[in-house]
Amino acid sequence: MSRKVVMTEEDIKRTLARIAHEIVEQNKSIADLILVGVHTRGAPLARRLADNIESFAQTKIPVGTLDISLYRDDLPSLELKPVVKLTDIPAVDGKSIVLVDDVLYTGRSTRAAMDALIDLGRPKAIQLAVLIDRGHRELPIRADYVGKNIPSSRHEEIKVKLKETDGADEVAIIPAPVKEGQ
Amino acid sequence: MRATQTKPKVETTPTWRHHHILDLDDFTREEIELVFQTTRAMKEILSRPIKRVPTLRGKTIVTLFYEPSTRTRLSFELAAKYLSADVVNLNASVSSVAKGESLIDTLGTLQALGADIIVIRHPHSGAPYIAARHIEASIVNAGDGWHAHPTQALLDLYTLYEHKANLNGLKAVIIGDIMHSRVARSNIWGLTTMGIGVTLCCPPTLLPIGLGEEQLPPVKIEPNIELALDGADMVMTLRLQLERQKSGLLPSIREYINLYQLTEARLARAKPDALVFHPGPVNEGVEISPTVAHGPQSVIKEQVANGVAVRMALLYLLTGGHKQ
Amino acid sequence: MKPLLIQGGQIIDPSQGLDASGSLLISDGKISWLGKGEEAPPQSGYEILDAKGLVVCPGFIDLHCHLRQPGDEEKETIATGTRAAARGGFTTVCCMPNTSPPLDNQTAIEFIKSKAATEGTVRVLPIGCISKGRKGTELAEMGELASAGVIAFSDDGEPVPSSYLMRQALDYSRAFDLPVIDHCEDKALTEGGQMNEGVISTKLGLRGMPSAAEEIAIARDLALAELTGGRLHIAHVTSEGSVELIRRAKEKGINISTEVTPHHLTLTEERVLDYDTNAKVNPPLRTKRDIKALIQGLNDNTLDIIATDHAPHTEADKLCEFDLAPFGISGFETALGSLMSLVHSGKLELVTLITKLTHEPAKIIGNKYDKLGTLAIGTPADITIFDPNREWVVEPKDFASKGKNTPLAGERLKGRVMATIYGGNLVYKDSSIKVKEK
Repeated sequence: MSRKVVMTEEDIKRTLARIAHEIVEQNKSIADLILVGVHTRGAPLARRLADNIESFAQTKIPVGTLDISLYRDDLPSLELKPVVKLTDIPAVDGKSIVLVDDVLYTGRSTRAAMDALIDLGRPKAIQLAVLIDRGHRELPIRADYVGKNIPSSRHEEIKVKLKETDGADEVAIIPAPVKEGQ
Repeated sequence: MRATQTKPKVETTPTWRHHHILDLDDFTREEIELVFQTTRAMKEILSRPIKRVPTLRGKTIVTLFYEPSTRTRLSFELAAKYLSADVVNLNASVSSVAKGESLIDTLGTLQALGADIIVIRHPHSGAPYIAARHIEASIVNAGDGWHAHPTQALLDLYTLYEHKANLNGLKAVIIGDIMHSRVARSNIWGLTTMGIGVTLCCPPTLLPIGLGEEQLPPVKIEPNIELALDGADMVMTLRLQLERQKSGLLPSIREYINLYQLTEARLARAKPDALVFHPGPVNEGVEISPTVAHGPQSVIKEQVANGVAVRMALLYLLTGGHKQ
Repeated sequence: MKPLLIQGGQIIDPSQGLDASGSLLISDGKISWLGKGEEAPPQSGYEILDAKGLVVCPGFIDLHCHLRQPGDEEKETIATGTRAAARGGFTTVCCMPNTSPPLDNQTAIEFIKSKAATEGTVRVLPIGCISKGRKGTELAEMGELASAGVIAFSDDGEPVPSSYLMRQALDYSRAFDLPVIDHCEDKALTEGGQMNEGVISTKLGLRGMPSAAEEIAIARDLALAELTGGRLHIAHVTSEGSVELIRRAKEKGINISTEVTPHHLTLTEERVLDYDTNAKVNPPLRTKRDIKALIQGLNDNTLDIIATDHAPHTEADKLCEFDLAPFGISGFETALGSLMSLVHSGKLELVTLITKLTHEPAKIIGNKYDKLGTLAIGTPADITIFDPNREWVVEPKDFASKGKNTPLAGERLKGRVMATIYGGNLVYKDSSIKVKEK
């Protein structure tokens, strides 16, 4: 199993800084903005983006966390239920939400996240920021802000590590395990 | 700087092995903690204006109650509905059971009709175990005879956990008719698993035999209520069934009140931040004085509120794809 | 019918103090010749049953069983029950009178005898009621029952509730020299009880029946036996305390006999865990301590015999909530297999086991009919042939009994009846047993 590192700690730092600037650029009024990180790794990413924005725009953007386990469309087929973490978001009515996640893949997580947000109220707008877009969408979903596009095959795994959750910052591609007889 | 950094938490796969929830005697500490964590998330949903998530859409939950109960049944029904499941309530006294249909037959019918989870309350200990042996659906025990009431114990534990995050080493006292109480039994299992010391306080005639032996969890027995309450963090009073006096186990209700009612004065022997529990319905003026029941240390209402969230958590954890 | 030679087995007959390899010959339904070692009978013209490696002993006698007929034929009949008895190696069974209607009069006894004669596979000896209708208030007509042929009196299923009635029963029965069998239970203490009172009943939330309930009733009966001199037989003894009481009474010379069941000798209350209704029995399964005391009781003759208390029920009867299930274990076909575990673990000698199943019960029945429980020349050829080491798995659906209610389903037992002979007829034979011409 040979993994290939596609983003180092430095790459991630620069990319997040760039996304933070893009968010401020695209949103006329950042007074209505809330960054909502999708558990697990979306949460620290949202926090970092908020810190970035605060450092150059001198504005504190509220940050929330969202657990989408209860909205997943694959629950009936999962043998072990995902651990449900806390959803903690300030009031969403009339706000512009930027959903933050680590990897955008089939788009189903984003669909679940949107359903969750809409159950909480009526946001003015929802945008999506992701660190990695690896393609293979199964639903008509697209990201407004993308850190890096990494075309990948379905057999590969994109592994995102963040200091807050995994002890280090890194994005790596892990090829599919070699099958017997090959 | 490496050495001083604490190891960050990595997400681990949850270790949930239960296809049924029959009793707390086979729950590990980790599993109870998983229930706590999931309950917290469910409570957040209950704080929203729209209390609903689509999680159990398409699942059918049947409540099959052979004993009357308002709050427990309602609690389960609401829990299921908030998770978007379809709920059917069977009151065993009006359905074909009254005509002599056996428990097994009724369950077979429910299975054929597509129930995914069956919540059973039954006057005979062990009835949910028969159900679990003969049916594919998940069985949740909402109380069987004297034997177990696991969801009650879990909501009691969760209520305690909300107030005192570190449960290890706390002292709990359960006062009342232990012999006939499924709430007491399940709580004894749950509390001891979480490292909480349990003292049982009741007239000797209401104490079941064999406590303190190997196969049962370790508990202290103290028939004197003042001594039992010394330094307690959690005080649970059980409902006294008035039939106990009729069947000769107590000389009179009056004497029970004199010796075992939880009054303000007696409660003062416990820690100042001790919490007062009761599974309900409360016989005010019998096992507990009205002042204490409505007093600042009482968490009786919280128990009820937490009941819905705990049951939501359990229903969520139970509905997996494949039977383990 | 041709004579049958049972050849080359280990002949164990406690009534004659016999324990040696040899052969025995059956002619005209009686034991006609017995030879040691390689000896062959003087005559010729017999069939041979090869008993090499097997134990050959008198047919087992069961002093306590329930055949359910008349009244509960869906649970068992005399036909099915005796077939099951034969498979278990029992050639004589004594059926309890708790039928519907109960066996408290001559006509009822005649019914049993005629059913047994026409449909029974082995000998059935009836037990008559102690009280009219088994109601526990007035004495039944013991004289009539005795003439009709009962071998004992009992209200089993229920204890005799009043000390006064029990006294009258013990007194009155002396005229007929027949034992009074009591199911010893103080019902005030056991009301609503489902299993032994102890750690397991506390864990399971089931109401328990304390051993004290049995001990109190036994103490009462022992005092009355001493008072009256009547023949008391205590059914299914189960507790350490009971064994102690009986031991002391026997030391005093009180005229009593006692029995214990295979399940009480081998299974504890832990069988009830998981609410297995097949382990629900009255008196209940108790603890390891009690088992130890019961085995000691067998070994020092405090306990005289082993009786199965075979109590069949339908599957539907037992397939319900624990509280609602009837008490009883179907025991004929697993008796030997489960008892042999005590022999294999060295707790009981094989000879003792056979004595408690043959010679001792025969003594209690007496010689009113023929001499039973023996292989003496001239006595009825009631013979059990078993393999003490044959391993087999208990499969209730293969039982001849209608009662499949056993807690031993799926268990591996070591020891199996291979053939049973009643009155010279082979009434049960395992497929591996060969009978050939000389």
